[in-house]
Formats: sequence, C-alpha cells, structure tokens
Amino acid sequence: MKSLAELEAIRNKAKANVNLRKDDHAVRIVVGMATCGIAAGARPVMNAIMEEVAKRNLEHVMVTQTGCIGVCRLEPIVEVYIPGEEKVTYVKMDTKKAAEIVSEHIVNGRVVSKYTIGAEQ
Amino acid sequence: MREIALHILDIAQNSITAEASRVVIEIDEDKRKDTLTVTITDNGCGMSPDFLQKVTDPFTTKRATRKVGLGIPLFKMAAENTGGSFEINSEIGKGTCVKAVFGYSHIDRQPLGNTAETILGLVTAYENVDFLYKHSVGDKEFVLDTDKLKEILGDVPFSNPDVYLWLSDYISEGENELD
Repeated sequence: MKSLAELEAIRNKAKANVNLRKDDHAVRIVVGMATCGIAAGARPVMNAIMEEVAKRNLEHVMVTQTGCIGVCRLEPIVEVYIPGEEKVTYVKMDTKKAAEIVSEHIVNGRVVSKYTIGAEQ
Repeated sequence: MREIALHILDIAQNSITAEASRVVIEIDEDKRKDTLTVTITDNGCGMSPDFLQKVTDPFTTKRATRKVGLGIPLFKMAAENTGGSFEINSEIGKGTCVKAVFGYSHIDRQPLGNTAETILGLVTAYENVDFLYKHSVGDKEFVLDTDKLKEILGDVPFSNPDVYLWLSDYISEGENELD
C-alpha cells in the first residue's frame, strides 16, 4: 500500500538530486485530448507516454495535452517537438505504438515513419 | 464515449479551458438509491445565462475552429438514457457546476471505467490546477487532494519520474479498495 510517508521520502530524494530546472525541457510530446481524441483512446496513450518517460527517467522531456488538432478521424494524435527539427505528427496511436515512439524517436533519435501522418495519407 | 470516466476527463478539460484554478470531481455510487452521481465543480470563468441555455446543444461551442461541441451533449445524453438527470449551473466570474445522475442498474448505463487513469491524467497534465477528487461507493470513500500532495512535495513536480509512478499506484490502489 502506497503511503504519504513514501511520497515524502521521494521528495527528499528528488531534492538531493537537485537538477530541478522545471522549464529546461528540450523535447515536447503533445497529445490531442479533446472530445474526439478521448473518444478514440487518447487517455491510455497519454498515460503510456508519461509512464515510459518516467521509467526511462527522461528529464528533458515534457508531456502535455492539447485540444483538437483538426483531423479527428486520425486520432489519437501525438506530436513530437524536438528543437532544431521539424515537428513530427503521429496518428492512430495506441499504448504500444506510443511506447515505441518514446524509445525509438525520443531515445534513439529515429522517427518512426510508419506511424506518421505522412504514411497514413 | 465508452465509459463514464472518459466523460469526466472531457468535462474537466472544459474547466481547465475556463481557467479554473480548482476543480472538484465527485463520484457517488449509491446502490440503495440506485444512482451513480458525477459532479464536476470549478472556479473557472463561468458562462453567461445566454450561453448556458444553449450549451447542451451540439451546435454550440466556444472553439473558433469549427461549429460543433459534443462534450456536454454526449454526457447529458449518457445520463438521460439511463433514466437519470443532468444539470449545469454557472455564473460568470464564479464558476460552473455540472451534475449528471445515472440510473445505477440501468441496462444502458456505461461502465464507470478507468477512473484512476482519468484522474492521474488530469492531475499530472495540469499541475498548476488543484484537484479534489472524491469517489464514494456506499460508505467507503477514496479522496485525493492535490493541494495536500503539493504541500508534501514542495517544488518537486508530479512529472518527477518517482512521483509520477507513486501517484499512479496510489490512485489505482485507492480506487481498487472501493470494490
């Protein structure tokens, strides 16, 4: 059973690690979470990305939500912004594909072309 | 929408868009009264009486990109399809309260679904918003108040990997206890 005392221990450990420059995120992963995205399954996708980022300790990655991206039929949609590179839009995401994007694109630096909007259209 | 928890996620996003700083989400499962009640209350910008009147109409929306808004109409329909009821109260500058009552044992009631995932998603995605979540089933209750968590955490964010994973387990366990 998780307790609040445990959370306090986590805080103390995190404080010791310092490195808490909150705004110093280089990479942004954005998940479309409007009614259309949610209905298509964006919630588990969002959580899968968050979990993968947490497990891999990717402190330079920020995961955020946005509204409707405009192509509802291709939801769930995930956008990846890496400074100095073109934005990549992934479509028809699920939890497995989302985890793959974190490991392949974010960690290894290889765009997963087969899931991009370009491959779909 | 396949589950009530997804409606909650969707409606709570409206509160965020309305620039709420505090959102209260309550789920009350009362098997004796045969009701499942969802209440979402925020301190956002609120709606004018005019807009409030037409907000359950699918052709009403605040977004500029297109002319339909389905979140509230879908939620309303889901509740009313189970012999339940739906109401919204709102006041400019004060906030909005959305309340949906479902017939608990009605055949058309959607499953409550993965509430843990909905709450985890909201809490971690909108860290500058305070969430109070209360889920009661009979006399059992699970309460999550992000205000209290933030007090403990100080300037350590929810996105900190250890915190995120702890939070994920904490919410899931709290919800599972209710069964």
